[in-house]
Amino acid sequence: MQLTINGHSKHFADSMTIEDMVKEVGADVTQIAVEQNRVIIPRSQFAATQLRDGDTIELVEFVGGG
Amino acid sequence: MGVTALNTLPDDDTLNIGSYRFSSRLMVGTGKYATAQIAKDAIKASGADLITVALRRRELNGNNESITKVLSPENYTYLPNTAGCYNAEESIRTLRLAREIGGYNLVKLEVIGDKTFLYPDVIETVKAAEVLINDGFEVMAYSNEDPIIAARLEEIGCVAVMPIAAPIGSGLGIQNKNAIRIIIEQANIPVIVDAGIGTPSDVAIAMEMGCDGVLLNTAIAESGNPVIMAEAMKLATIAGRKAFLAGRMATRAVASASSPEKNLVAS
Repeated sequence: MQLTINGHSKHFADSMTIEDMVKEVGADVTQIAVEQNRVIIPRSQFAATQLRDGDTIELVEFVGGG
Repeated sequence: MGVTALNTLPDDDTLNIGSYRFSSRLMVGTGKYATAQIAKDAIKASGADLITVALRRRELNGNNESITKVLSPENYTYLPNTAGCYNAEESIRTLRLAREIGGYNLVKLEVIGDKTFLYPDVIETVKAAEVLINDGFEVMAYSNEDPIIAARLEEIGCVAVMPIAAPIGSGLGIQNKNAIRIIIEQANIPVIVDAGIGTPSDVAIAMEMGCDGVLLNTAIAESGNPVIMAEAMKLATIAGRKAFLAGRMATRAVASASSPEKNLVAS
């Protein structure tokens, strides 16, 4: 399936949860927040939430800032 | 209050913001440092316990060094900001995402109004603050040095008001002392001077005036030696605070001799 993650179109395996996707891009599950089609998915739901072809995902983390 | 050890404030002189309590009245940003190690060392030297962080998209193919590895959330309270947001909607979305990362409830709301001066858009700030407060956030609001806006932000339930000294990153110091003084006099919530600080004397002036704290970033990060400057900022914060607690002398228009005027040798 094709997902748009952080503005980039990327190909992923057909059956994946948010937790699978987070791990595949090398992120630490405990340090990020995820939106699926503009809806925030709580961390407790990462493993239970399936991704669907065409989903728009935001994967965000903290960086240095003032 | 008795005399305290050098470089410290009395234990009971904590900075209380909403339901949070901090030992340092200096808060620092975590951006613009040349290396992660310099950031780590300088922020440690500043003595700050509240540090601002920004929320950004993760680079999918980049070199992601997590800020939490450099500045452990065990040692610092993170204050997520909304830097780069130009309206209420983006700011609210950003802080709701930030809260998901680690339950961060205390936030720095900054809704920017223009790219050149990074002045706050106070109308959007008030709109966003109302929604966020209703949603359970404790909101510290970056604002103009405008007593009317400061009063409004307090009235709607912000836990701190953060008037600018000068534009973000300008290093110009407090441009409108009188407005900051009025804000301090009328406020019942902490007043944190945020943005535009250049040097420790700017910090000392803000603290002597009675500001509850100071937030700065560039003044340390872009100094010649961030670790030494961070310590200087810490000392200035403490010096200014102690001066405020002590109460300064009254000024007078004419001289007042410091040595006795009686029993001079020649009399």
